[in-house]
Parts: sequence; C-alpha cells; structure tokens
Amino acid sequence: MTITTNFAASCCTAALFSLSATALSAADLEFYFPVGVNAPAVETIQALTDEWAAQNPQHSVKAVYAGNYEETTTKALTAANAGQPPQVAVLLSIDLFTLVEEDVIVAISDIANTPEDQAWIDGFYDGFMKDAEFEGKTYAIPFQRSTPVYYYNKDAFRAAGLDPEAPPTTWDEMIDMGKKLTLKDDNGNVTQWGTRIPTLGLGGAWLFGGLVVSKGDVLTTETGIEARIDTPATQASLEFLLDLSKEGVMAPGGISWGDTPKAFLEGQTASMWTSTGNLAFVEENATFDWGVGFLPGGDGPGAPIGGGNFYIFKDTTGEEREAALDFIKFMTSPENAAKWSIATGYVAPRADAWETPEMKAYAERLPQALVALDQLQYAEREFATFQRAKVTQYLVEAIESVVTGNAEPADALKAAQEGADDVLKDYR
Amino acid sequence: MNKRLPLGLGLILLVFPCVLLVAFTHYPAARALMNSFWNNASSRRPSKFVGVENYQTLLEDDRLMQVMLNSTLYALGTIPLAIGLAIGMALLVNAKLPGTSLMRLSFFMPTMLPMIAVANIWLFFYAPGIGLASQILGLFGLPPINFLGSTETSLLSMMFVAVWKEAGLFMIFYLAALQAVPTTLKDAARLEGAGPVRVFFDVVMPLLRPTTIFVAVNALINAFRLVDHVIVMTRGGPNNSSALLLYYIYEVTFSQRDFAYGATLTVLMVCLLGILAAVQYWVLNRKAHYQ
Repeated sequence: MTITTNFAASCCTAALFSLSATALSAADLEFYFPVGVNAPAVETIQALTDEWAAQNPQHSVKAVYAGNYEETTTKALTAANAGQPPQVAVLLSIDLFTLVEEDVIVAISDIANTPEDQAWIDGFYDGFMKDAEFEGKTYAIPFQRSTPVYYYNKDAFRAAGLDPEAPPTTWDEMIDMGKKLTLKDDNGNVTQWGTRIPTLGLGGAWLFGGLVVSKGDVLTTETGIEARIDTPATQASLEFLLDLSKEGVMAPGGISWGDTPKAFLEGQTASMWTSTGNLAFVEENATFDWGVGFLPGGDGPGAPIGGGNFYIFKDTTGEEREAALDFIKFMTSPENAAKWSIATGYVAPRADAWETPEMKAYAERLPQALVALDQLQYAEREFATFQRAKVTQYLVEAIESVVTGNAEPADALKAAQEGADDVLKDYR
Repeated sequence: MNKRLPLGLGLILLVFPCVLLVAFTHYPAARALMNSFWNNASSRRPSKFVGVENYQTLLEDDRLMQVMLNSTLYALGTIPLAIGLAIGMALLVNAKLPGTSLMRLSFFMPTMLPMIAVANIWLFFYAPGIGLASQILGLFGLPPINFLGSTETSLLSMMFVAVWKEAGLFMIFYLAALQAVPTTLKDAARLEGAGPVRVFFDVVMPLLRPTTIFVAVNALINAFRLVDHVIVMTRGGPNNSSALLLYYIYEVTFSQRDFAYGATLTVLMVCLLGILAAVQYWVLNRKAHYQ
C-alpha cells in the first residue's frame, strides 16, 4: 500500500515538474535534418540551431542528424506513426505527396496566415515553390534546394585545345568536345573520360529529369497522379545516354552518383553532372582550374530542381507550431540562407539572400555559384507522384536496364510506364 | 536444501521471458501474417481486407523472382567457399607455426569491423578508375572493370566481400572444434599408418560435423538476410541484379512504405528459412558423429 502511495506521489511530482518546465519553455522542438552532399553541413546546421535557441531562451531545440534524405524521411514517418513526430524536419521536396497521403504534416500556409507571413512566403523563388504547393496550400518552405550543373576541368579543356570559357551547351557539342577530352594510354585504356552523368539509382533518375526537360517535356505533373515515362522526350534522352558511351565519351555501364565527384577530382573525367550541393566540396579539393556551366540540353537548356524543404508535423501543439514557424523563418532569413548556401553550395532560395554583403562577396570569389541561379528559369520540378518511391523505382529500373545493356530503350520505357500507371490508377 | 522459491518470484521469472518472447518474436510474426491479408492503408485509401491478393501479387512479381534467384546464387556461391576457406585458415592457425597469433588476428579482422564500415571500404576498392581494384588491373595493362555498376559483376562483387568477411568468423568456430579433437584419436590413426590427409578426412572432418551444421545454418540465414552491404554498396542495382531477399523486404516496407506487401514477403521469408533450417538439420544431423 505504501508503495502505491509513494508511486502516486512521485507521479504527481513528476507531472508538476513537467508542468513547470512547460511554463518555462514554451516549446521543445525536435528538428530532423538530412545531409545529402559532401559538405560540412552538420556543423553549420548545429551552429544555426544553437543561435536560434540562444535568441529564444523560452524554447529549446534539438537538431537530430538523421542520415541521408531517404533515411530521414523513413525516420520522421516512423516517429510520426508512433505518435512522436519531430516538430519540424527538412525532407525531400518530392516527398510532399507521401507526407500528405500519410497525413502527418500541416500546411504551413495554415499557420503562417498574416499578410507579413504571406509576404515572406512570396519572397521565395517561384521555381522552388512549385513542388511545395498542393491543392492550393503551401505545405513546405524551401531550404536546401539545388539543381545539377555541368562541372568541367578547365585545364583539361585547354590541354584538348578547347576554349575553357565555352563549355558545351548542346548534346551534340557534348559528344564532339567529349571525344577531344577522352584520353587513352599506350594499352588503349581510357585514362580520362569526356564526361560523367550518373545513371544509377535515384541520382540517375534525377538527372534524367533534366535531359527530359531540355527536350521540352516533364516526367511528372503537379497533380501527383501522372508519370510521363514513355514519351518521345524520354526516348531521346535515353538514346543520348547510350550515344555518350557508344561514341566513347562516357564509360559504358552504370555510373554511380557517389563516385562521380571523386572521379572528377582525380582527373578520371574532364566533366561531370552533379548537384550544386557539391560546389563547396569541389572548391575545397580541386587541384586544377574548374568551371561550371548550364547542363547541355537537347533542344535548349533544362534541369531538374531538387533538394529539401522544411515541413511542420501535425501531431504538435499550437505553441510548438508557432515556435517551429519562427525557427524556419530564422533558418531562411537572408543572412542565414546566405551562410548555409556558402557553406554547402545549395542555392539560397530567396532573392534577398543574394543581396547580403556576405553572399555578394561569395559570388565575387566563386562566380560558379551563380550558374545554378541563372539556370533556375529553365528548371522544372523533380519526379514526384503519390507512391513516389514505388513509381520512381520503375523509372530507375528502365534507365539502369538500358545503360547496362540489358534492354532496349523503347521496351524498357514502355514496361516502366505500365508499372507506374498500375500503381497510380488507385489515385485517379 | 529443499527450500523452494516463493511462488510469486517463480511466476515473475517465468512471466518475464515469456513477455519478451511474445512481444519480440511471436507477436510480430503473427502481426505480419495478419497484415499480409490486408491492403496498405493511408489517408487517401481506406484499409480493407484483401484476402490472398497480396500472395497473388507475390506469384506475379518479376522483381521477386530476380531477388530469389540472386539470393540462391549468393548462398550457393558464398557458403561452400567461406566454409572451405574457414577450415583452411583454422588448420593453418592451429598448426604450431611461428606468428600464429598475428595470423589469427589478421584472419579475424574482417569479422570485427562493422558491416557498414566494411561496405564503405569495399565501395572504395571497387570504384571504377579510382579504386584499388582498378589500380591493380591497371598495373597489368587491363581496363578498369565497373564492378558494382554492371549487371554481370555486381552480385559477384558482393559475394566476394561476404566470403572475405564471413570466413574469419567461421574460422573461430572451426578453431575451437579443432582444439577439441582428442589427440589420442589422431595418434591412433597415425599408428595405423594414416598420412596427414587421411587423418584429416577420416578422423578430423567427421568430428567437425556438428560445427559444420552450425556454421552452415548460420551462413544460410545470413545469405538470405544480408541487407547492410546491399544498401551501402549497390542499393540492389543496377536493375535489381544485386538485390537480396531481406533488402527487397526493406525496400518495399520502409522505402516504398507498402507494409502489406512487405508483411507478405516477410511471411515468405520466415517460411523459407524455417524449411531450409529444418532440412539442413535433418540431412546433416543423420551423418553427424558425436563422441
């Protein structure tokens, strides 16, 4: 009996304690974030988070590094399904449909509903807001956004007799210049390839979206229920990837996303397609003169937009949502967006961030950073549908089976389209 | 000495392990079985009973066929090789040779490294053009091989890592078993005029059989449930050429969030492993020699 009483008493004390704790700190935020690039991202995020906590002593925030994008999404969804979601998280922009379907996030436009808030939301680049909106509401706030760009080794261009200030702008030029940039040793083995476009996995599917945009089409529309995998534009794009290896400009077989920056820095390839998120990594490690250009296009420039947005989770109190919104505003303020962009290479998502003195100095020092911003007007949303992971897998398989020589483009794309339609028919 | 445990304590000691067993073994298994008869619910699609629909999908799933083929090849390719290598290494470090401790340590080293670290190291070895494997090929004037990026070599490359990593662990078991072999038996065989080869195959090998059963069952289970290396090195690609069963389950369940189909695949895997383990015990046990 005494045990029970004591237990009850300590429960009461604990409850009182937590009550007073709540009164002291209005909200305890948990913030999940991923790192998808080679950059000192964790330290920068931690520093920014600490700064916000110092400015808002009534709140607390715990920044949780949760792995790569996919791992972070899995972790956040699992926590949300268990009733303990993080209050705020940075997750892939293309996971919007998944998060809506699982009913775990709140529309940010429902919390941020004053005119000032609206002005703040309007300050983000339209290109980045395309995949943050659904059914007339703003669900996410752009943070670590990127597009792929064409990185090239200017020294290799000079050695091949090419103009180092004129990177290729079309697919044909990529093949012509690529032939001059491909070097072989005495045994006939290639020591330097002309280019490297990752073709494996999700990274490959992302870049493939850029090829398709440059042929005037898109892989998915904003409805989330349409995948356009089997079209003339996808056909041409896949043929182009094959042509690159047939013409001896790119290594045959699948090319991995992860090895690509290393191969570029080691001089194994004279150019590469990869995210702007690797700018800081390349700048730090390149031992040669390098430049950045638009992605060469089929019928004109074209690129996919990618990266992560801030989301606020549903199973939260009003105070927590307010605090989360304030935290997001802080993280995307011009100064902090600039800091984040400089540390990583991600494209700062607001025009006012590019007006800060730090950003101007950075652009002066590293003009390569401006290329992605200029390219933004030709960029389109990344592949995103309901059941995104399942549908994208069909696209990934189509690309992989063709580049590894196991299928013909037409057959592979047709099969992928059928698979995707089969998944999406439930949503129509 | 006939003091008995109080009934209450006895019950607690009984209940506690039972709760753990039910919570972490039986409940998840029963739940997976149940889930496999329902569809995958979400806010936009209500949950409903679908009967054996998920099992019909299973039969028509081309990816699953590929995954099962991969897993089988993987098991057939890695287990005999790893066991053979383990016995060889155990014999080597059991012999009275100089530097035995160093050899033991170096053979066991791969097993001590965490899986993810191992996968990352090999990822770098395999990187075409820049990796160690390509550098070695280059010394002989050979072109670099895209180990993980082509459908012909991705599974083989994973198998190589598995043998390298598992042989060291199995060696430990065989080493312990070898040291338990009574010298009298070997001496007797030698007195009868048997050479070292004959002694090994007719005296030592039969005594190692219980160890072989244990190792083979474990190796088989490992072959079907390997997931870490696949995630780090290939994500099952290219074109599913290196996807193994548990990786596929992980992919379907956590990446594609299709819990119903993931549960169906889990039921398949549990049945399969149960059958395989039962057959192995039955076949090998009949031939096992115990002292």
